[in-house]
Amino acid sequence: MPDVEEIKQRIEAAIPGARVEVEDWTGGGDHFKATVTAAAFAGRSRIEQHRLVYDVFGAEIGGPIHALSLKTQSPQ
Amino acid sequence: MPETEQSTEIRDAIAQAISEHETILFMKGTPEAPACGFSARTVAALQSLQAPFAAVDVLPDPRIREELSAISRWPTIPQLFVKGELVGGCDIVMEMYESGELAQTLGVEDDAIEPVDEAEALAPGLTQIENRLG
Repeated sequence: MPDVEEIKQRIEAAIPGARVEVEDWTGGGDHFKATVTAAAFAGRSRIEQHRLVYDVFGAEIGGPIHALSLKTQSPQ
Repeated sequence: MPETEQSTEIRDAIAQAISEHETILFMKGTPEAPACGFSARTVAALQSLQAPFAAVDVLPDPRIREELSAISRWPTIPQLFVKGELVGGCDIVMEMYESGELAQTLGVEDDAIEPVDEAEALAPGLTQIENRLG
């Protein structure tokens, strides 16, 4: 079962330079909320930005990670 | 019927539904009885803009969700399509709702929108909905 720290580290490892904040939304260990700030998002649509993050977890989304709510942005 | 043929059939039906409806939401449950907090929030956003939309419940057959995600390259439900294009899931739809972009995308007036502090106002509601289901 992934935890907050693992999710944060995996996103940071997959998207170089990303600043990631993750919280366990419900306290149940399967609904997470992540805010990801990365230069890699610049020039990409929201859909593409979220796909970059979802792709880190593949089939785990909807499985052990029941939900991963995302907010993505490029650095100001 | 062989399984692959059935999958193709489901995939074709999904693609057809997306192309035939200007605004279509794939969700868990129905607009009247959403079965998931994320679907409920997305429906609420669409309804508050009084935007007409078609809705498909993905729960009756797991293959609907599998084939939909294969088409859209999007792993989660709900998924909102407008004019054949994936607009987003719950997070993106809510962001766009707050900024007024959703009304623009849907081609509706957004004069009626009351500002909602989304994170504060809706997260507890989500928890309540899921608790009722659990």
